[in-house]
Amino acid sequence: MVEKSDIRVVRCGGSKINLRPSVFSTDSRFVLCASGDSVKVYSTRTEECLHSLQGHTNQVTGITLNPANHLQVYSCSADGTVKLWDFIDGILIKTFIIGYPVFAICVSEKHEGIIFLQLSMATNSKSECLQLVAVHLPKSAEQEVEAKELSAVCSHISSNPSCTALGRGGEFIAFARHLQLNVYFFRKQKTYSFSLQATDKKGAKNAFTCVACHPTDDCIATGHEDGKIRLWRNFNQKKEYTYSTLHWHHNAVNTLCFTPEGTHLLSGGIESVLVQWKYGADNKKELLPRLGGAILHIAASSDGQLFCTSHSDNKLTVIESNFKVCGVIQGLVKGDDVLTDLMIDPRSKALVLNGRPGHLQFYSLLRDKHLYNLDIVQQEYIYEAGLDQFEVVKAVFDIKGSWLATVEERGRKSSDLEFFLKLWAYDEKTQSFVLNTTITAAHTDRIISMCFSSSEETTMLVTTAEDGQFKAWCQGADADTQQDQNFWSCDFVGSYHNLKPTNCSFSADSSLLAVSFQEVITIWSPETWEMLTTLCQPPGEIRDLCFGRLSCSKYLLSTTNRNLCCWNLLTCALEWSTSVEVSKLQPDPLSENVAAFSYQSKHTDLFVFKPSEPRPLFTHKNVCSEKVHRAVFVPQEEPLNNCDESSQWLNRSQLYFLTQNMDLLTFNQATEEDRMLSSSKRLVIDDSVAVTPFYLLLGKHRQQQQNLNTPSYTGADKPQQPQGSATIKELLHTPAHVLPAASVLCSMFVNSLLISKTGVREEMESSEQEMDSEKEEEESEEEMEACDSQQELRAQGSVDEVTPKLSKAQEKELKRVRKTDFSWMAGLIDSKP
Amino acid sequence: MASFKPTKVQVLPKLGEKVTEDTLYWRNYKSPVQMKEFGAVKKIDFSPLPPHNYAVTASTRVHIYGPHSQEPIQSFTRFRDTAYCGTFRGDGKLLVTGSEEGLIRLFDVSGRVALRQFSGHSKAVRVTSFLSDGLRVVSGSDDMTCRVWDIPSGAELKTFTEHTDYVRALAPSKLNPDLFVTGSYDHTVKMFDMRSGSSLLTMQHGYPVECVLLYPSEALLVSTGGRYVKIWDLLKGGQELVSLKNHHKTVTCACLSTVDNKLLTGSLDRHIKVYNSSYKVVHDFDYDTSILSMAIAPHDEVIAVGMTNGVLSVRHRKHKKVNETLTSRRRRGPSYRVFVKGKNFVPRQDDFLVSKPVKEYLQKHDKQLKSFEVSKALDTALQIWGRTNKPEVTVAVIMEINRRGTLKNALAGRDEQSLSKILNFVLKHIFDPRFSQPMIMVGDIIVDLYKEVIPQSPSVERLLQRLMDVLGGETELQHELLQVLGILDTLFASLTPRKEVAALAAPPVDQGSQLQAA
Repeated sequence: MVEKSDIRVVRCGGSKINLRPSVFSTDSRFVLCASGDSVKVYSTRTEECLHSLQGHTNQVTGITLNPANHLQVYSCSADGTVKLWDFIDGILIKTFIIGYPVFAICVSEKHEGIIFLQLSMATNSKSECLQLVAVHLPKSAEQEVEAKELSAVCSHISSNPSCTALGRGGEFIAFARHLQLNVYFFRKQKTYSFSLQATDKKGAKNAFTCVACHPTDDCIATGHEDGKIRLWRNFNQKKEYTYSTLHWHHNAVNTLCFTPEGTHLLSGGIESVLVQWKYGADNKKELLPRLGGAILHIAASSDGQLFCTSHSDNKLTVIESNFKVCGVIQGLVKGDDVLTDLMIDPRSKALVLNGRPGHLQFYSLLRDKHLYNLDIVQQEYIYEAGLDQFEVVKAVFDIKGSWLATVEERGRKSSDLEFFLKLWAYDEKTQSFVLNTTITAAHTDRIISMCFSSSEETTMLVTTAEDGQFKAWCQGADADTQQDQNFWSCDFVGSYHNLKPTNCSFSADSSLLAVSFQEVITIWSPETWEMLTTLCQPPGEIRDLCFGRLSCSKYLLSTTNRNLCCWNLLTCALEWSTSVEVSKLQPDPLSENVAAFSYQSKHTDLFVFKPSEPRPLFTHKNVCSEKVHRAVFVPQEEPLNNCDESSQWLNRSQLYFLTQNMDLLTFNQATEEDRMLSSSKRLVIDDSVAVTPFYLLLGKHRQQQQNLNTPSYTGADKPQQPQGSATIKELLHTPAHVLPAASVLCSMFVNSLLISKTGVREEMESSEQEMDSEKEEEESEEEMEACDSQQELRAQGSVDEVTPKLSKAQEKELKRVRKTDFSWMAGLIDSKP
Repeated sequence: MASFKPTKVQVLPKLGEKVTEDTLYWRNYKSPVQMKEFGAVKKIDFSPLPPHNYAVTASTRVHIYGPHSQEPIQSFTRFRDTAYCGTFRGDGKLLVTGSEEGLIRLFDVSGRVALRQFSGHSKAVRVTSFLSDGLRVVSGSDDMTCRVWDIPSGAELKTFTEHTDYVRALAPSKLNPDLFVTGSYDHTVKMFDMRSGSSLLTMQHGYPVECVLLYPSEALLVSTGGRYVKIWDLLKGGQELVSLKNHHKTVTCACLSTVDNKLLTGSLDRHIKVYNSSYKVVHDFDYDTSILSMAIAPHDEVIAVGMTNGVLSVRHRKHKKVNETLTSRRRRGPSYRVFVKGKNFVPRQDDFLVSKPVKEYLQKHDKQLKSFEVSKALDTALQIWGRTNKPEVTVAVIMEINRRGTLKNALAGRDEQSLSKILNFVLKHIFDPRFSQPMIMVGDIIVDLYKEVIPQSPSVERLLQRLMDVLGGETELQHELLQVLGILDTLFASLTPRKEVAALAAPPVDQGSQLQAA
């Protein structure tokens, strides 16, 4: 039991960032968004994640800036707490314990010390209705405070948080549900409600989908299911209200947002077009089409210069006010289902799965960062509900990562199935995959499975399809076409008694091909295309098929819905079999181990075993409560050396798997996790370059030096200076590619070394000291001789910033040292490769 | 903001015959000129001298045609019975013929009367030829002998009696004046040497030999007979190299093209097949009736083919004409220089390069698709078809509109003219297996949409009627094909020994179209 507790299931990365609207900081340098159980702070300019505010134990359901202090942010979570953070430094300031799951939060300047939360109706928590509650935040110095003063404002509000909005700086609150719009005035403590007909003669669907209030005017904008936007006025009377209608969207309006000045109204829906309406001139609009997935939320920065749209494909787009996209923050795209398997790109070691419609996404698991999308379908995607479009359903890499085969499919539900098999070659020059061959009618029915041969020399692709055939594809096998021999063509067509093939697999040296036909496994020799033998299974259709690796390459494993069988290919006999229902069988490419997920009595168990012996190396009961259909072994960055038998299987590669709820989970060791955490912390420090002197230095030089010849001398091979100043540390920790040229850094670097001998006492820097240093800089510039190059001048300035407290005598001494020729040093550096 | 992705036009492989260099070469002939002879054309021989006149032996005459003449420029008519095998000497000055009555006549090409007459054969002399020294004539006869005659003296030099049946094929060696090859109905091909007076090699063809042919290197020998064409390697002592069975009736003649030595064979099955150097059929000429004789002029300028019904069909090679008159008449557009102006400027080393985003130009139909004007896009695509007569773009646009789920909208609300345009398009391409799927879909939708108003327009009704007719015909054809397939399957199943795996891919059969609703 002790051993078992070592390894545990960990959720890893790729959480949703589009659940709730994102929030801009007041200076619009940062954008904050709820991401799983943390809040992420991104820079709007570099799109890098600066901080991840971690502390909640459940999904974060809302974030909003503290109106009293614009450097603080409130976040609420389903774990029943509201937390106040300093998002610049990433520090948790306070925790308010509410006690009930919170679903949304809003605040306003007029209600100081009060936050409005949406809680579920206390009586029947199952119902969809929520209630809006005002919470008085108790003022106390403690870290954790229990907020007890709850007062219900209104009940029966929609569970969609965008159907509730505070209006005109908090004078009233508007909330819509189904066909009714309610406006509650805080001063009068009175609710007015307006309702619409469900449908009218023209077949409009009038249900409300979202609400937004004008910041200065008495106007409420509501979005409707049929794509209409209504602007309500005069709603402080029961009878004489008026509304005007704007109509452009053809599907439901997902979100509405007024710009802070109230001059424009932004709306978005499933069409993925951001529409900007001019307030007052109703039909003047601007469109920004093809942003990505359906627009779920829109946020505007407080100066109105930036907008941020959240999309259904887990993406944030930062848009300037002149309707230019200036940044995209992309998370791991998880649709309803991963149609392709989880795969590892052998080159970049990135996780590959289908992402945006018609694309394959490459996702770095180590950095939890989306790398890029590969457009497979290469067709315009039409954002319209209920349209059947091409989807990537299968993809495989060959063993070296130089070929990628994909299958895209359309019309699975209707009868007319269209599909294409595409082969992509890796292009070294562009560092991405380039389309090589498109095969339009590879089979007469849909392709069930495919695999590449595992040998290094020749690549061969085998596809099996529902038309009862399997085909082998080779590069340039067709001799008749006397063009380039780079294209793929069919080499062999095989079938077995007209049975439907289910799966195919190559042996480790690709001398054998196993194709399973329902209950029979056939073994073929790919050289001669001769069928060598058939292995007849205990009853049940074969699901998975895989050969053993390395020392176990003589074994072939197969699973049915009842059994797991291991065949010995030398004797062609059944070696062993057990009766477990295996939902996924995943061999480790780097070792003999095979992982099997079995689903029994409503939870999934994991077994890791070697094919040579039926006794599992490692078992983990109750991994999760859903079936696991997708799993992958990811090679470890550096092999671990656990000698413990139960954790040895993690030495070479790590196992990731995807549950039916689309959670990406992995198995991890405790020590391993600590290491990961520390590394991520270090990264965070590195990313916050905003205020360091180094950043200033870089900023100044950016205009001068466009073509930076990145020096490599700051590499880690140099031993750390024991008494190194902050600059040296900064220099050594900053990645080489963001450094200015060596010629610029050289004098500074040498100087800082010299100074560190005289004055090491200062490590900490405050902003005041920086101010001082700037003055000093001016002085020193006056003293400088005109012959000094501009570059040296700048370098100097930064050095002075680092060591602000020096006596005049010391400075003189320093200057003398500095003026001595260091060009020999530069020569040394240049000569370095 | 991603840019609009234009419609992808599928590059689909052309079905049927693959176009190779050989097909292009052999297709490059003008349509044949036909001339009527008095009987079956037994032999055609080209003069080796330019302008390469050719002698045609048919019935009781030998006609000599000029390369471009429709009428014979010379004819030898003094035969009492059928003449055979008019053959030129290597210098093109003499012509030798055999005849039914057993006489061999030697003509001067410019004269009329026979210079020599060799008598000695007791039966019809079917094949005659000159030996390569030009001083001797060799002949093969139905009396099962081959004889060699001396031209100056007119005497018989030698008689070979090794064949046991009619001698119907003869080929003298071009390199050695003493060697010649004969083929006979006794199923053998023999090579004779004048010096030894007997056969050197005997090859078993297996069928009555109709024609023998030596390659210019004389290492290879071609013999035809029955349905087979066999290639023999003479350097290996007459070993069979290949046996070709591409005709389904007796192969009557063979010749070699002078460019690349491609083998051509003609047969009673009305086809001439062209083989490449690895003896694969690369081209096929089709004629009206059974082919008896064939000859090809030097540089493959003319192919002359004689048939059983007495028709001589002559094809001339096409030559590219420099049609300058055409270009000069057309108004010249802006020169190439205008288009590349500034495009090929190479920046110098210290130039600062401001890169401008490349503007993407969309096709008209893509622009319309971008703004969701599907009906207009379909119109534009049909115009493209009208202009270029290539259906790929139009079909791609139809598929794209269908993918967007708006094909019905695009087809609805059309007037008679535009509807008949679409129907014409459908009619033309519905049987192309590459496009039949979308075409059937379009047809279905049109019938659904317009079934009430169709009787109002006679032209549309006529088109739909035609569509229905051709579809009916096609479904019948498919039925029959399926029946044939079934027959073949049973035949194969009964013929082949039982094997575990049938790795046979049946040719895909187009599903019969469902458009019976009309």
